Amino acid sequence: MIRLNVDKLTFSYGDADAISEVTLDVERGEFVGLIGPNGSGKSTVLKNLYRALTPDAGGVTLDGGDLFRLSHKQSALKLGVVGQENDVPFDFLVEEIVAMGRSPHKKLFDMDTAWDKQIVHHALEHLGMAGMAKRSYLNLSGGEKQRVLIARVIAQETDFLLLDEPTNHLDISYQLQILDFVKRLRVTVLSAIHDLNMAALYCDRLFVLKAGKIVLSGTPEEVLTPENIHSVYGVQCDTMLHPKTGKLTITYLPGINEPEALITDFKYQ
Amino acid sequence: MKIRRLFRRNFNRADPNMAVIILVLTMCALVSMIAAIGLGPVSVAPDSVAKILLSRIPGLGGVIQQTWAQLDQNIVLGLRLPRVCLGMIVGASLAVTGVTMQALVRNNLADPFILGVSSGASATATLGMLFGAFAVFGKYSLSISAFIGAAVTIIFVYAISRVRGRINITQLLLSGVAISMIADGITRIITLSAPNALGLHNATFWMSGSLAGAKWGYLTLPLVVLLACMAVLMLNYRGLNLLLLGEESAGALGVHTGRLQKMLVLVASLMAGVTIAVSGAIGFVGLMAPHFTRLLVGGDHRKVLPISALLGGILVVWVDVVARMALAPEELPVGILTAIIGGPIFIFLLKRRTKEKKQ
Repeated sequence: MIRLNVDKLTFSYGDADAISEVTLDVERGEFVGLIGPNGSGKSTVLKNLYRALTPDAGGVTLDGGDLFRLSHKQSALKLGVVGQENDVPFDFLVEEIVAMGRSPHKKLFDMDTAWDKQIVHHALEHLGMAGMAKRSYLNLSGGEKQRVLIARVIAQETDFLLLDEPTNHLDISYQLQILDFVKRLRVTVLSAIHDLNMAALYCDRLFVLKAGKIVLSGTPEEVLTPENIHSVYGVQCDTMLHPKTGKLTITYLPGINEPEALITDFKYQ
Repeated sequence: MKIRRLFRRNFNRADPNMAVIILVLTMCALVSMIAAIGLGPVSVAPDSVAKILLSRIPGLGGVIQQTWAQLDQNIVLGLRLPRVCLGMIVGASLAVTGVTMQALVRNNLADPFILGVSSGASATATLGMLFGAFAVFGKYSLSISAFIGAAVTIIFVYAISRVRGRINITQLLLSGVAISMIADGITRIITLSAPNALGLHNATFWMSGSLAGAKWGYLTLPLVVLLACMAVLMLNYRGLNLLLLGEESAGALGVHTGRLQKMLVLVASLMAGVTIAVSGAIGFVGLMAPHFTRLLVGGDHRKVLPISALLGGILVVWVDVVARMALAPEELPVGILTAIIGGPIFIFLLKRRTKEKKQ
């Protein structure tokens, strides 16, 4: 069953379109990846979906209804977002940050209840951070901050997550950990992913953006062929199914496309 | 030891006991007010102050014997009490204005004085005072003219420092400086071309911030505005918290950021304008009070708003005591003193901030 349907979404920051006629869909329970080079419009697509930006043209349907006709609060009850900004210049405790995920459930005069506290506690427990509830968010490492934000989106209790490069700038152990956590939630996910190997490991389907347009889509095996990768990213690589994971792995082959240049450089030194 | 443990348990950053902290601070505020009423070029003993005040409470008047001089009563009721009450209200308003502006620009260095809002309000207020512009608004003309100046400045500074949807701190502080210089220049021109010398003297004194002219009539509007704005902010405390996460995150968590930001601009300029109209530009209170509050209870606005209001009030009441005692019988403008105390704290925060950035 299709949960999210994006139809010919177009947006421009100024004169040139940052994304043009992007069409994609996400089915229930799928982990869909959005890949593409830097500046290809991955974030812009997601920002239009979580309404930080307003599209110039195109439509988005979520669970059969028009996304843009929902109030911010209503869409926050359906879509959870982990964006790229994660610095908070003020002093909050970890549990306070996670509790903010409960906000869309709150009306004007509602206070935090014992039930909210329990949800916050469970969310932190799920990420193995129950012991850090009273720590100051300011003093956490990048990986810990990202885990707190995942806990916040869990506390938000939505079953559809939009992730904007959730593992950017993180150590490899944290990258795996964060994506494992997300995968374990068994929710529907649309995520921008930078690392192609990560995309192959975790995604059920991929959409490839190049210069603001969707150029390819399909399963990782269909999309991540050496020819496609060369045409989108301009690098040579070799792919194989890894015997242990059963997933596609990509090995980049540096300098193969211009071997002579390398050798002559070497000689002159 | 026991007291210390009790203190630790209640004044604990990780789990502050709000009821106790608010109770203690309210007591502090009351004690400060009674002490401050007695202190001045002519001092009145605190017990006399308490008795004079109690004798005014309906029903108690006959019970308390008059053991004080009539002069003391005149000083307490006619001069000091309205002045101290005004100090409390002005301090609380400035602190809450600071908190509001900090949420708006997502930066704890924001303060109505630093960002030029006080100067903007002063410029339009001077215009109103010396030339009777805005006279159509009757007795609220001064407050409304200051409000207009404050609102225009906030919108200007906010628009200038917003780069690609984010507030740039350098642009923010520099545009604050530039705007306050422009506004001060305008104020200077207005005062120099003032039709009367008396108005000129008042205007200069009032520009550097003072509570000396406090009258009972000054209290109503600022108090009403403070209570109303406080209520609005407290109802939106979740939105304020979320705004600190950044606009995009706040939007993704269900906040209509555009609407909330407009409301904050309105609330901040209302409070700044009304306060500045009665007390002039008293700087750095909106920086200091929220800063100490956050050290005490953290960043949650449900806690920050009431506590910084109390701390701001207490702070201004005491600085005003120093202002009238230091060079007695000469009065120091209270704004000069808050600048001398607050300036170094601002520099300290700025320094610490750049150090954090480098790490």
